[in-house]
Amino acid sequence: MITLHDIHKYYRTGDQPLHVLKGVDLHIREGELVAIMGSSGSGKSTLLNILGVLDSFDRGTYTLAGQAIGNLSETDSARLRNRLLGFVFQSFNLLPFKNAAENVALPLYYQGVGRKERNYRAEKFLDMVGLSDRKTFMPNQLSGGQKQRVAIARALVAGPKVILADEPTGALDSKTTQEIMALLKEIHSRGNTLIIVTHEQDVANQTERQIILKDGMVATSHTQPQAA
Amino acid sequence: MLDGLQEILFTLRQNKLRTLLTAFGVFWGIFMLILLLGAGRGMQNGIWQDFGSDVLDFFIVWTAETSVPYRGMASGRQITFTLADIEAVKQQVSGIRLISAERFAQNGNVNYGRKASNGQILGVPDEYFQVKDDVPFNFGRKVNPLDQDESRKVVLLGKAVADRLFAANEDPVGKEVRVKDVVMKVVGVFYDKGGRGQNSERVLMPISTMQKMYGGGEITDNIWVRPLPGVDPFELEKQVLEVLKRRHDVSPDDRRGINSFNMAMPAQSVNSLFVGITVFIWFVGLGTLMAGIVGISNIMIITVKERTKEIGVRKALGATPFSIVSTLLLESTLVTAVAGYIGLVCGVGLLELVSFTLRKAGVVLPYFLNPEVDFGVAITAIMLLVGVGVLAGLAPAVRAARITPIEAMRAE
Repeated sequence: MITLHDIHKYYRTGDQPLHVLKGVDLHIREGELVAIMGSSGSGKSTLLNILGVLDSFDRGTYTLAGQAIGNLSETDSARLRNRLLGFVFQSFNLLPFKNAAENVALPLYYQGVGRKERNYRAEKFLDMVGLSDRKTFMPNQLSGGQKQRVAIARALVAGPKVILADEPTGALDSKTTQEIMALLKEIHSRGNTLIIVTHEQDVANQTERQIILKDGMVATSHTQPQAA
Repeated sequence: MLDGLQEILFTLRQNKLRTLLTAFGVFWGIFMLILLLGAGRGMQNGIWQDFGSDVLDFFIVWTAETSVPYRGMASGRQITFTLADIEAVKQQVSGIRLISAERFAQNGNVNYGRKASNGQILGVPDEYFQVKDDVPFNFGRKVNPLDQDESRKVVLLGKAVADRLFAANEDPVGKEVRVKDVVMKVVGVFYDKGGRGQNSERVLMPISTMQKMYGGGEITDNIWVRPLPGVDPFELEKQVLEVLKRRHDVSPDDRRGINSFNMAMPAQSVNSLFVGITVFIWFVGLGTLMAGIVGISNIMIITVKERTKEIGVRKALGATPFSIVSTLLLESTLVTAVAGYIGLVCGVGLLELVSFTLRKAGVVLPYFLNPEVDFGVAITAIMLLVGVGVLAGLAPAVRAARITPIEAMRAE
């Protein structure tokens, strides 16, 4: 599903370019649930942004669902994100002036899906994440866990190939973290490919594989026997 | 498209205050511009009104006693024009659009039944009415070439004369009046506001008829001349005077024997006054518009800044740069266009109200009449405002669309 080969990324801050990713090689199969870990500054967020076609890279090759990524125009990468990827963020990133269902329906709007169909599908996915009774609630009327459920429904609604979660439980307490992880695992069990960036070991432990980044390179990548 | 519009209306509703402030800036700019333009036009109308009813590109030549001895003749010689002078000028000077005689008889009585009215009696050829083509000839007709050729006994009455002779419900046209004991038929009534309305106390008849009734041969008191379009009126006046002075042996230096007045002179100064007024109005108006434009630009920049995070999220979810830019621009276009239109309607409405009230109350303000707006100018102003507003929004919108989603989402 995802193949990275020798990915390099520099940030131009000041006069000395910062070499963040120093040749990342990575392969993620369809239907996998992986965690990307690493200490702060290891480049894991940068890697996630590159995986999510949110940021460009300077060297290497990236293949996503059989499609070579690299030097895409803004418009093409936006279409790609819309079609192939779903995002879950640490800070939820719901639009504050839209209710839960409207937030979920947003990716469909950019696919040109009609309003009726959008609402229908959005509500179906809210049912799936267990928010049937919160469909018209505004984000500020929802708890953190509920917001993240809305965000997960939004990530799923357009039928993406890969779901990228950046610290999805970073802003949640441990009980809610467990609920969200259970939801993500359930989604995975339906055949979705999930990549979770986290620094929490007990979150990572619930995945099939942990990829540990160190100094801008993949340090270890091992399959966990205890994972479901 | 409709979906996009709904999305935009939704956003505008979410940001009521910001939308309202932008809209008010635009509204105010257009509103003030319309009022200014209207007031300026009102002033122009008022001044033209005071200017009288003659067309504004004529000059008039008349005679008096000579003031300079010339060719052995003493000064103090009375000069008199005849219709032959007009023919000579026509033949010798080019660039004349129109030339007409105007002969004054003494004031005389016009009688109708037992009523009488005193008026100034003029003999004129039919060309004369082309000099007076701003005078409303509301009833009947003017003097025509047949009247002239056949010396018909017809008269046109000034409104003041007609009012004194005829009852309000009586139509003067076709009635027979007596002028100098000659029965003449009234063929028309005119109103000339020149000379503070005194010109409406005139009675006009064909100059050929006057020659038969009053004698004096083919004399004329005044010669009216209108230049062809594009002909310098002062140059033409000089040439006409030369011909006439030569024919009557008047010294070129004599300013009294043959005298003239060129309307182009005051028209020139009034025109430059108008140019001044217009420049002033546009200066202030464009200043107001500029303030509106700066306002729109500011609010567009703030809008984009405030929504950076939202734009980032939308981009992550698949919004293309084009959809971001077009949404933002459509938003600002919608607001400015609607607000501009309301400003236009309110401005025109207020002007009409003022105009209507003045007319209704019969108030005559000095130098102010019929404030009105050139609609084309108003529409141009709105389009300018909307166009510049959109351009002002373009730069921040494009910048917003270009930042990467992660950067945008990090912004607070």
